[in-house]
Amino acid sequence: MFKSVLIANRGEIARRIIKTCKRMNIRTIAVYSEADAQSLHVKEADEAHLIGPARVNESYLNVDRIIEVAKESKAEAIHPGYGLLSENTDFAKRIQDEGITFVGPDSYAINQMGSKLTARQTMEKAGVPIIPGTNDPIPTAEEAKAFANKISYPVMLKASHGGGGIGMQIVNSDEELEKAFESNARRAEQFFGDGTMFIEKVIEDAHHIEIQLLADHHGNVLHLFDRECSIQRRHQKVIEEAPSPLITEETRQKMADAAIKAAKAIDYKNAGTIEFLVDENQNFYFLEMNTRLQVEHPVTEEITGVDLVEQQLKVAYGDELSLKQEDLLIQGHSIEARIYAEDPKTFFPSPGTITAISLPEDDFIRHDIAVEANYQVTPYYDPMIAKLIVKGNSREEAVANLKKALNHYKVEGIKTNIPLLNDIVDIQAFKEGNTRTSFIQEHILINK
Amino acid sequence: MLKEVVATMAGNVWKVVVNEGDQVETGTDVVILESMKMEIPVAAETNGTVKELKVNEGDFVNEGDVIAVIE
Repeated sequence: MFKSVLIANRGEIARRIIKTCKRMNIRTIAVYSEADAQSLHVKEADEAHLIGPARVNESYLNVDRIIEVAKESKAEAIHPGYGLLSENTDFAKRIQDEGITFVGPDSYAINQMGSKLTARQTMEKAGVPIIPGTNDPIPTAEEAKAFANKISYPVMLKASHGGGGIGMQIVNSDEELEKAFESNARRAEQFFGDGTMFIEKVIEDAHHIEIQLLADHHGNVLHLFDRECSIQRRHQKVIEEAPSPLITEETRQKMADAAIKAAKAIDYKNAGTIEFLVDENQNFYFLEMNTRLQVEHPVTEEITGVDLVEQQLKVAYGDELSLKQEDLLIQGHSIEARIYAEDPKTFFPSPGTITAISLPEDDFIRHDIAVEANYQVTPYYDPMIAKLIVKGNSREEAVANLKKALNHYKVEGIKTNIPLLNDIVDIQAFKEGNTRTSFIQEHILINK
Repeated sequence: MLKEVVATMAGNVWKVVVNEGDQVETGTDVVILESMKMEIPVAAETNGTVKELKVNEGDFVNEGDVIAVIE
């Protein structure tokens, strides 16, 4: 196994990775920005290196500096976590060229999935169902309108290189499309350096359900079942659970088969996730592949007993997966609630200093958390400060456990979305597992 | 009559869209704030002239801080 791993990330995911490395006796090398000098991941790693000022472009996205630190500290591998450099083809390639192992797929696979349009084409060829839409870029608003009228409104306008909800918008008319086309293309250009746009049909009443995969360098591809991630705000997930309450056993198997087919089509290696939209008739459509560890990976770990970070490290090292598909079983139900530093009504960010925090403790609770009392939540990074993960023998029990845990989760000094989470667990549709992607819009915003 | 434009959230001033002396209408963006990977434009809530800009690009503002004064 690797003797040392550099973690090119921050916050809760850096701590999460450090935890597994420690258990595996791997030396951990943290990197941090000036704004994160007092962070827990810096204190917990065996060594930590300053890589630049607060802004991500000068620190966590500073490839040259991160590679320099990796070489100086003799890191044998780099784990990118999620976000930041995790799906950056150049980064994966460059560290590979330096003789350092990237804990993730090769740059070819990242590239194949990095462009949503290329991914659509690849998946269609592999026989994985895709959402009806354009397979080529749409260069102008005029052409977008023509296509939208052909497949009929509402349509989803998307940036091919978009992510995190940026560069995508549902549009209902020619007029809306005209406005949205320019602004989304511009935002995608600003954020991702590529303003290529395309259009997909809107799948009505869709659920967002994804399949977790693990693939090694010996031709083995396993699935670790599904996660339901339909409760979202600003196209970003708020609550995730495993397994999905919507799909039947038959659909679950079909989706897993399709996901494995998708991974094999790009010769994928390491942990990855295929996201699907699923309608209420159990039809499913490829949405995108995340070629990295997901934020919501803990719910899969809780129901399967598999440490995904450990598996990632073993696969990256070249080990053959010792897990067998027939040994993997769904045991119980797990739900994750993301704790965001934000206004629970407007979803506007709320940076500031956490004056006090108290966390619920119980056997059924897991905390993946990056903050503590007196921690300063800065405006430079993602608003997610923690994840609350609960488990139960059944979904009903998991929901009850989530409610109990949230009742005792207190964060003071900044605004958080905990009031929103409390509202969600009390809604009948959530208790029934009736959680479409429109959930927050339908059940929360409409009543305000 | 003077009317203040205040920050709707804490964050960095990403862009100042108007200059002092500019004519603005209700709904005209005055600055764009950026925080935690989200950009929020802050608009004037009245018609008038930008009398004073209280922030520069890159400044940090708290929710409720005065960004500009419209006359």
